[in-house]
Amino acid sequence: MIEVQDLTKTYGDVTAVDHVSFTANKGEILGFLGPNGAGKTTTMRILTGYMPATSGTAKIAGFDVFGDSLDVRRHIGYLPESPPLYPDMTVEDYLDFVARIKNVPSEKRADHVTDAIRKTSLEDRRTQLIKRLSRGYRQRVGIAQALVHDPDVIILDEPTVGLDPKQIIEVRHLIKGLAGNHTIILSTHILPEVSMTCDRVVIINKGKIAAVDTPQNLTSQLKGGQKIRVEVNAPEDALRQALTQIPGASRVDVEQIPAGGNLIATVETTQGSDIRSEIAAKIVQNGWPLLELRGVSLSLEDIFLQLTTDDSTHAEAIPV
Amino acid sequence: MHNLYAIYRKEMRNYFVSPIAYVFIGIFLFLSAFFFNFFLSAVMQQSMQMEMQSMQFGAPAQFNVPGEVMRAFFGLISTLILFFTPILTMGVFAEERKRGTMELLMTSPISELEIVLGKFFASLSLFAIMLLPTASYLAYMFLHSDPAPPWRMLLAGYAGILLLGGSLLSLGTFISSLTENQLIAAVLTFAAFLLAWVLDIGTNASGGFGATLQYLSVIRHYDDFAKGIVDTSALVYYFSFIVLFIFLTVRSIDSMRWRRA
Repeated sequence: MIEVQDLTKTYGDVTAVDHVSFTANKGEILGFLGPNGAGKTTTMRILTGYMPATSGTAKIAGFDVFGDSLDVRRHIGYLPESPPLYPDMTVEDYLDFVARIKNVPSEKRADHVTDAIRKTSLEDRRTQLIKRLSRGYRQRVGIAQALVHDPDVIILDEPTVGLDPKQIIEVRHLIKGLAGNHTIILSTHILPEVSMTCDRVVIINKGKIAAVDTPQNLTSQLKGGQKIRVEVNAPEDALRQALTQIPGASRVDVEQIPAGGNLIATVETTQGSDIRSEIAAKIVQNGWPLLELRGVSLSLEDIFLQLTTDDSTHAEAIPV
Repeated sequence: MHNLYAIYRKEMRNYFVSPIAYVFIGIFLFLSAFFFNFFLSAVMQQSMQMEMQSMQFGAPAQFNVPGEVMRAFFGLISTLILFFTPILTMGVFAEERKRGTMELLMTSPISELEIVLGKFFASLSLFAIMLLPTASYLAYMFLHSDPAPPWRMLLAGYAGILLLGGSLLSLGTFISSLTENQLIAAVLTFAAFLLAWVLDIGTNASGGFGATLQYLSVIRHYDDFAKGIVDTSALVYYFSFIVLFIFLTVRSIDSMRWRRA
């Protein structure tokens, strides 16, 4: 349904999107995960025809987003970072207007508007002026306008921003309910949201794709069973060497605690092995004071931070 | 076409929900009524004086009261629109960009031309609505004149005003598409109008170049309309002007896609 190949966008010296490629299949919910300035919004703006790419291609429903822009726009609903609202219109007038410019036939307009209002629970605000709505309600109107013409593809840029927890859950239900009939791309900072609603995730950082996979694969791929955290008073190289030698240790990271002279070693293990006793034994064997040993597990947040932070020593593991 | 209508409809509604449109129209009508009254009494006084003179000297005076009043009145209106139209057009695109709704319009299956034309016709309609009551003053005058002057003159005068207004609105719309700041748009538009105006006065037919500049002046072609004459070259001028600036506005909107977000 959506095919992006080598998409690049540069503004002078800055490369906002750097040879990005991914696809979204029909009926799928694809998540876009990345820090601020990663290129999520720029990519979405290129997909919706708001701005042209510097190079590369993007196709939606078989139509090229640049060459067949009008055709593409007939098939998409879009919620930009800030909802594009007219403050002096009422909710239903606004949705009626959007339905018109999205080419909804006149006999179906009223039904579509009512449908969109129902799906976003805006019934009791139907005749209210948009400028009188709270942030959360405005966000809902923004989502409603992306749905009103029942498009094949829905692109949502941070759809749950500004919503309270109850509303966020409602929106997630809404999005999950739309899958199958619609193809959805949504961008977010909220990691649990991605694992809860998305079929697949694209992690993007500094314009480049860091990973594309299902949330489960991403967490288990790097999980490898367990991660063990030890605090030791030992020389760095010797410690690293000792720990790497232990069978079952797939990765060893050693860093200095800023305050004291001790080291923190993080050992990732291969699937299925519990090497905590081996680690303890090794350390004691070398005569180093073992101050702390605990197991931690990797979450999507860790993966995200790992993939999007240059300095991996900043990744804080969440205790089990 | 339905897209154009959708934009037109939205613009018209937005005009009339805020008090600005009503205040605007109110002030305009107040000023036009005031000056109409002023012109009418001044011209009538003059005609009475001339009649007395002619009685003294014998030669009957030909004094066209309605014609003179109409001419003065249309002259005034053209000056009033110089000030009023920049305020009418300043928000047309500047506000959309500021609110982020340009993003909605540009990612919907609607062409730039439809957007621009929808907005232009809406501002032209508002302009026409603003003028409508003034027609009642002139009509009243015409009805009570003896002999009644040809109605064609009235129509010609309003045709001229609409064309002049349309031109200035198209120029204002274009300038509005260049900036996000409404105030800058208004000031630039006013300056541009002034420039277009002054082209007439500044050059004093100094050879071919001067004559060309004068031809380009937006007010020169208006004089004939004010006298009740419809000149086809003037029609061509105004239509070309409007088409030019509509085209430039469409280009300007399109270029927004290429500017840094």
